[in-house]
Order: sequence, then structure tokens, then C-alpha cells
Amino acid sequence: MALTEKDVRYVAELAHLELTADEVTEFLPQLDAILEYIQKLNELDTTQVEPMAQVTYPAAENPALRSDRPQPTFQQDEALMNAPEQGAGYFRVPRVIERE
Amino acid sequence: MSVATEVRTKYEAVIGLEVHVQLLTQSKLFCSCSTRFGDPPNSNVCPVCLGLPGALPVLNRDAVTMAMKAAMALNCAINTRSRFARKNYFYPDLPKGYQISQYDEPLSQDGWIEIEANGARRRIGITRVHLEEDAGKSLHEGFPDSERKSYIDLNRSGVPLIEIVSEPDLRTSEESYDYLTRLKTLMLYLEVSNCNMEEGSLRCDANVSVRHAGASEFGTKTEVKNLNSFRFLQKALEYEIERQIEIVESGGTIEQETRLWDSREQRTYGMRSKEFAHDYRYFPEPDLLPLIITEDWKDEVRRSLPELPEARRQRFISEYALPEYDAAQLTASKILANYFEEVAKASGEPKLAANWVLSELLYLLKEANKEITDSPVSAASLAELLALLSKGTVSGKMAKEILAEMFRAGKRAAEVMSAQGLEQINDAEKIAAMVREIMAGNPKQVEQYRKGKTATLGWFVGQVMKATRGQANPQLVQDVLKRELG
Repeated sequence: MALTEKDVRYVAELAHLELTADEVTEFLPQLDAILEYIQKLNELDTTQVEPMAQVTYPAAENPALRSDRPQPTFQQDEALMNAPEQGAGYFRVPRVIERE
Repeated sequence: MSVATEVRTKYEAVIGLEVHVQLLTQSKLFCSCSTRFGDPPNSNVCPVCLGLPGALPVLNRDAVTMAMKAAMALNCAINTRSRFARKNYFYPDLPKGYQISQYDEPLSQDGWIEIEANGARRRIGITRVHLEEDAGKSLHEGFPDSERKSYIDLNRSGVPLIEIVSEPDLRTSEESYDYLTRLKTLMLYLEVSNCNMEEGSLRCDANVSVRHAGASEFGTKTEVKNLNSFRFLQKALEYEIERQIEIVESGGTIEQETRLWDSREQRTYGMRSKEFAHDYRYFPEPDLLPLIITEDWKDEVRRSLPELPEARRQRFISEYALPEYDAAQLTASKILANYFEEVAKASGEPKLAANWVLSELLYLLKEANKEITDSPVSAASLAELLALLSKGTVSGKMAKEILAEMFRAGKRAAEVMSAQGLEQINDAEKIAAMVREIMAGNPKQVEQYRKGKTATLGWFVGQVMKATRGQANPQLVQDVLKRELG
């Protein structure tokens, strides 16, 4: 097993998840199995392959650029329609402040 | 906090600035929502900038053009191919859970800008200029339940920014101030941003470390955020430099962390530092193709670059024979430089124009707490007054008084002059009597003129103007003089 409990807690922290000790123990082998499966890809020799992040290759020029023209979009009430909480035209969320 | 000067001089600060500049586009970077500032909250939003599932970004071409302008003006190389990346972090004003930025392949890199330090010009390296989208705005205060809730406005979400990263080449807070000032001037000249710090169009973070003077290795740095005015920048840097020196002096070690400047308490605060707080897990943005900048596009942008502050400063010196200091002052703002040039051209008196713009006009503006754009005296108006001054129609003292009144009442020079009884004497007989008197008192000049030295006419005009405190109609004076001297 390559993954450690520390890794699991780290990933959970980045995802803002709170895991119990039991959950850490439960997820460790699962995550590890996923990574091991993905590791299989490393068996391929990709030294001659250019890394790619998109499923289409770039053309010589950019096929999909927009000109700078504003278009009417959502009204405020439409924008907030699915918000669990709102007020005064804002989305309302639990207070967050980064401070000492 | 204050560190003794002799201790201070043992250390050197190393500063690099990360400056975010909001681009002046009409629409956002990846969607067509308006970028207008001050609209009702959440009224310029759509599925893309709200981060709704399935929405796809489409890049704004003009934002790229503006970013290229800035990069070129900063002497950066434009990369033919760049790409976007996702910077992942959780914050309520970032609805997608990531910011689309550029990471390993930025739009441009390896530039420089010249600053002035201790009277000498010095190049500060620009690491990179890249494009990214802004986040929304969180309001933590001002609502009845602000103790428990934060309010989120996503109008700003997706607004285009460029991030300009400097090399750690700055050494003092003054240099940093000068760097930021020049950067701002440049952006205003390019018209790619309004650089309004109150509206957040110009934001600055600083990486600061200290080391023993002469050392070549860097100390541990802290990142200072929230430097949202030029004054804050300098104060926060001073504070942070001294804080670090005190720690090192007392044998401590600097912790690598992000600190926030608190302008009310005039100090920096460490933000809760987690060892992995900066794991943004960048990866290439799969929803956007790599950005290809063709040679044609580059040429198009290069051709559209306006005259930049440095070039304009040098031209003012050579074309208008202005002193270095005046040229630097005038070109510090594009609007001021434009105003000056208009006055200089219309009056035909560049040196006079420089003096009057820099001293009298700026003084009046400062007194009235106004910007040059709101000047009640237009450039054309000031030029008229200066033309009267240079012809001797009005004296310098009168011109000052007239200008003050023009400024106060928003009137032109001629209006002020007639309203204040400074109106011209248009009585040909009265002028002729005066001319005869002056001729009688100056036979030598009369003879010179009659012998063909017609330039003497100007001298006579001046004498009549002097005698009438500038109130005689100069054209009439000329006519009468020609007749009488004839």
C-alpha cells in the first residue's frame, strides 16, 4: 500500500471534508486501489507523446474566441432562484473570514 | 514598531510584487456578462460565471489583446502558445471551486520596467504577465446578521484580470512605491485599465524577505496581502521589513506565511497558516483550448501601442525643450500630458505652458480638490490666456488673477477681463494720444523703426500695453502705431 492515512486526511482537508478515524481507515484501501488502477497507465511508454489536456488539438489559430460584446443575462431574482439562502440581492452563506 | 537605524542598515529587504490589474473590457473573460461596476448585486451573472454545471467558458479576444498590450509595454516576450489552468481552492465567492488562471504556460514572460531609485534609473524584472478571471466579492460586514453570515455578490466573478509578477528586484518600500506608480501610469497610458484602487481595479500583494546587507541568499519570505492603496503598500512594507528584522535580530526564524495588512491597526497579521494551505492543485483547463497568438495578431497589437510615458518624456524634452523635471512631472499622467500638449500647441508657448500647467493650474486644482479631468479651465482656455500673456497684453500678475477667476467662474479669459473692468481699450484716439507720448519720449526707437527695423514695432506695442496695464486692444495698438510711426 503506497498511500498513508496522512494522505487521506490531507486530501479530505483540501476537500473540506471531516472524516472520522473509522472513515479514514475505511477509505484508505479504497483510494489506494483507485490509484493503483490508474498507475497501470504508467506502464505505457509516452516519451514520444506530447502531453495533452484537451480532447481536441489546437488549430493554427484560435477557432473559438468571442468579441467583447456584453449580452443581457440573468436578472437578479433568476440568479438567486436556487440559492439555499439569500438576502438583499446577495447569496448568503455561513460567515467566512481568514484571520489569525 | 521601530528598529534603530544602525540595526536597519545592517539589513536589506528583498521585495517582489504581484499586481492584479482589472482589464477595461465591456464583458467578462469567459462569458458575455457586463463588467460594469456598481450595478445591483448578482445582476451581471450567467451560468458560466455562476459556475453552474455544464456551462462552458469562451475566451474574450479583446481581453487577450489588452493583456498583450500590457505585456509588450512591459517588454515581455509573448508566447505563441499559452494555456489556461485551474487553480483549485474553496471560497464562497469562487463558485466553480477553481479560478481559471494561467500557470505553466503563461501568455508572456521575461520583461522589465525601469524605475528610479536614489536618482538613478534601474530595471526591475517582470517574471510574467498572465490572464486570469476575478472572483466574486464577499461582504463580511454591514448586514444585521453579519456576525453569522457572509454576503456574496458574483458580479465581479469572471471579470478579466492580468497578473503582473515582478522579480524579487525591489529593495525598499520607496522603490516598490515607484514601481507600482510606474506600472499604474503605464496601464493608464495603454488604456487597458482604469487602475481604480477603491474599486479594486488595481490590487497588490508583496513577497517580502530580509537578509544581511550584501548577502546573496534570500531569507524566508512572507506574502503580504491587502495592500489596496499606495499608502498602505509603503506602510505595510515598512512594517513587515521591521518586523522581520526584529525577529532575526532576536535570534528567531521567519515563518513562511501569508499575512494581511490591517490599515486600522497599522500592522500585518498572520493568516491561519496550514502547512498545505497553498496546494492549489493546478491542472490544465480542459474546457479551453490552448491560446495561440499568431504573428499577425502580435503585429496588430504592437501597431496599436500608444506612445508610452518614457518615450513621451524624452520627446517633451527634445521637442519642447522642457527641463527633465518638468517633462517627468507632465508625463506622469497621460491626461496631464495631453492637457499640456494641447495648451502648448494652441498657445505656441510650450515652456510657458509647462510652467503654468505645473504651477498655477495644478495649484488651483489641488486647492479645489479636483482632478485635471474636471478642470473648469480647458486647455484651449488656458492657451488663450497664455497667448495674451506672451503678447504682453496682460502681465504675469494679471494673468494669475485672471486664471484664478477663470477657474472659479468657469469663464474664458476675455469674459473675465471685461467683467473685471480689465476690458480692452478700444478708443483709437485715446491710444493714439498715448502712442504719440511714447514716441516723443523714445526718439531713438522711432528712428530705428523708420530706418527699417520694423521689429521695433513689438517693443512699442509692449510699451503701450505696459502703460495701459495690458488693457489696450493689441490689434488696434498695432494699427495706430503703424500709422503714427509710418
